[in-house]
Amino acid sequence: MTEHSTDYELVIRPKYGLLDLNWQELKEYRELLFFLALREIKIRYKQTMMGASWALLQPFFTMIIFTLIFGRLAKMPSDGVPYPIFSYSGLLLWTYFSNALSQSSNSLVENAPLLSKVYMPRIFIPTAPCLSGFLDYIIAMSILAVMMVYYRFVPGISILLLPLIVLLTFMLASGVGYWLSSICVKYRDVKFVLPFFVQLLMFVSPVIYPVSIISGKLQWLLYLNPLTGLMNAHRACLLGHSPVDFIGLSISALITIVIFLSGILYLRSTEKYFADLI
Amino acid sequence: MSSLKREEPIISVKHLSKEYNIGIDKTYKTLSGTFTSAIKHPLKTLKDSRKPCSTFWALKDVNFDVKSGEVVGIIGRNGAGKSTLLKVLSRITFPTEGEIKMLGRVGSLLEVGTGFHPELSGRENIYFNGAILGMKKREIDDKFDEIVKFSGVEKFLDTPVKRYSSGMQVRLAFSVAANLDPEILVIDEVLAVGDAAFQKKCLGKMKAVSEDGRTVLFVSHNMNAVENLCTRAIMLNSGKLTSDGYDTREIINKYLTSNDQENKNCTWINKGNEYLNAWFAPEKAYLTDELGNTIDNGQFHNKVNHYFNLYGTIKEIDPALQVGYALYDENNNLLYWTNFNDTTEEEWPQLSKGKFCFTGLIPKRFLNEGLYRIEPMVSMYFREWIIQPGVNAPILYFEVKGGLSDSPYWLARRPGILAPLLKWSVEKVD
Repeated sequence: MTEHSTDYELVIRPKYGLLDLNWQELKEYRELLFFLALREIKIRYKQTMMGASWALLQPFFTMIIFTLIFGRLAKMPSDGVPYPIFSYSGLLLWTYFSNALSQSSNSLVENAPLLSKVYMPRIFIPTAPCLSGFLDYIIAMSILAVMMVYYRFVPGISILLLPLIVLLTFMLASGVGYWLSSICVKYRDVKFVLPFFVQLLMFVSPVIYPVSIISGKLQWLLYLNPLTGLMNAHRACLLGHSPVDFIGLSISALITIVIFLSGILYLRSTEKYFADLI
Repeated sequence: MSSLKREEPIISVKHLSKEYNIGIDKTYKTLSGTFTSAIKHPLKTLKDSRKPCSTFWALKDVNFDVKSGEVVGIIGRNGAGKSTLLKVLSRITFPTEGEIKMLGRVGSLLEVGTGFHPELSGRENIYFNGAILGMKKREIDDKFDEIVKFSGVEKFLDTPVKRYSSGMQVRLAFSVAANLDPEILVIDEVLAVGDAAFQKKCLGKMKAVSEDGRTVLFVSHNMNAVENLCTRAIMLNSGKLTSDGYDTREIINKYLTSNDQENKNCTWINKGNEYLNAWFAPEKAYLTDELGNTIDNGQFHNKVNHYFNLYGTIKEIDPALQVGYALYDENNNLLYWTNFNDTTEEEWPQLSKGKFCFTGLIPKRFLNEGLYRIEPMVSMYFREWIIQPGVNAPILYFEVKGGLSDSPYWLARRPGILAPLLKWSVEKVD
């Protein structure tokens, strides 16, 4: 008969502790996270003519428009780097972050049938879109590579930091995603606020402008936004045009970790009501 | 495994209660809504927030233990708490009070095809759906051929599921779920899908699962399935466990003949959009006597004919439309099915779009004394069920009393299910 029935005991009670994250279960279900991310990738470009090249075209055309408007017309400074490559290196990470954040925040509501009909670690649902976004990021990276050859940029040793920066961006996107998607289960207002929030966030992050255009005294304000440190470090380690600002990166890392962990806790503490509220 | 261990219940439910908030706030909340009402009616909002929301106990103090290898059928009327119980058991929602202990992996199947994505192919959906139900990739790999074979969609494996017929989708989804093998399987009304042949296949699969020694909890309105598959039945009524036992037949009878006033309906009125389909909208089912008077006390006198009436709107003309009724006795024996088009095609009534009333005879001096259950039956001939007796049909009850015959020798109930008054001829033979 069932030999493994004794080593697996499950107790369902009205409440469980805030810190009872149940890693064992996350490990048990880890393949589902992979399948969720894979599904995300597979359906994103279904029935489109251009397919995955949209991952290239979106940041590419944005870069061209920004280069025309901010680079040519507004003469935006860009730390001595040609404006197209400056803005594209920022847009690369920004596109990943904003897509991941938007999809993650809407994910729980969009997957309402999953929540009300099946048990699984809920946290996977907002995590999956942040994972699947990596593919787009890598595809879009190819244009940057071409531009770097064209503009003769060679990344330095600090390129080794890139995985860490991308990981932190992932944690930030999913951390905010955990918060917003859980809130959205109860308050659908999130859906309407989100586009503004994302737009606003872009203008307070050094995506298309360098931090140096803000005068020294107020610069610290920018660093309250964890994206600032990540954007700067991302650009610096790819283009190698300036040393990586470790202080800025550390501040970002710290804020990111706080958001990420608190997001997990918030989602875990509210998830038991999801099926009743959604 | 030691015998001691096996005696231990695999599921133990103690004082389980689940409370839902109902009332004003049925849909989701909006922040601004909360704000504006706070500004407009500050006092009222304050009062509202202090006043406890009206609540409703979907489950109240439910206790039972299930031993390994039992197949438990959970029965009860709509709203009795069956689905809530399954949801709590599958950890989709949490109990308000009480505790459940389970030894073993739980696989739950509350809906067929949860997570199916229309854009993905059959193959991709098998993997994804399997993962959602808690299977590992390796497990799915192993069972892939079996799943495909069971579903019968071999040819369309690489076609997006959105191009499947609804029957194919359901078959594929059930096949994935049927190959799930946790120690505890929780199933909600999945047999109400697919055609008769596939339902039979599903029942066979469920039987195999239970013979494997796995524990199954099974909610269904299909009493035949419960009786055939389950070793034990539990009846819920308004959130409380009212019967529990190993004589499933007895509990089913209790359920079917329960003496609740509200359950003894002899008319049914569609509350809105029940049984939605493209062809026929049933609106009302009722019983009448020979003069066309509606019978509202459910009492039949056997001396006169009675009629079953199903009133509704034909939305789309389709020669496949079948309307009839099914008649059961109080022991849940199906006595017969009858359809309006049981005659030759030439004699069929002309149907057109609009309101129709289908009236079928319940013959006099044919039934014995007792309580009967009549269920409307609507289907598209061999294509799909709209109202399936024993599965999703509304139930009407009537009681036959008196008037069994004119003979002074036969006044009361006779042995046998039926008590037809038949013609005899007696001739002297030399």
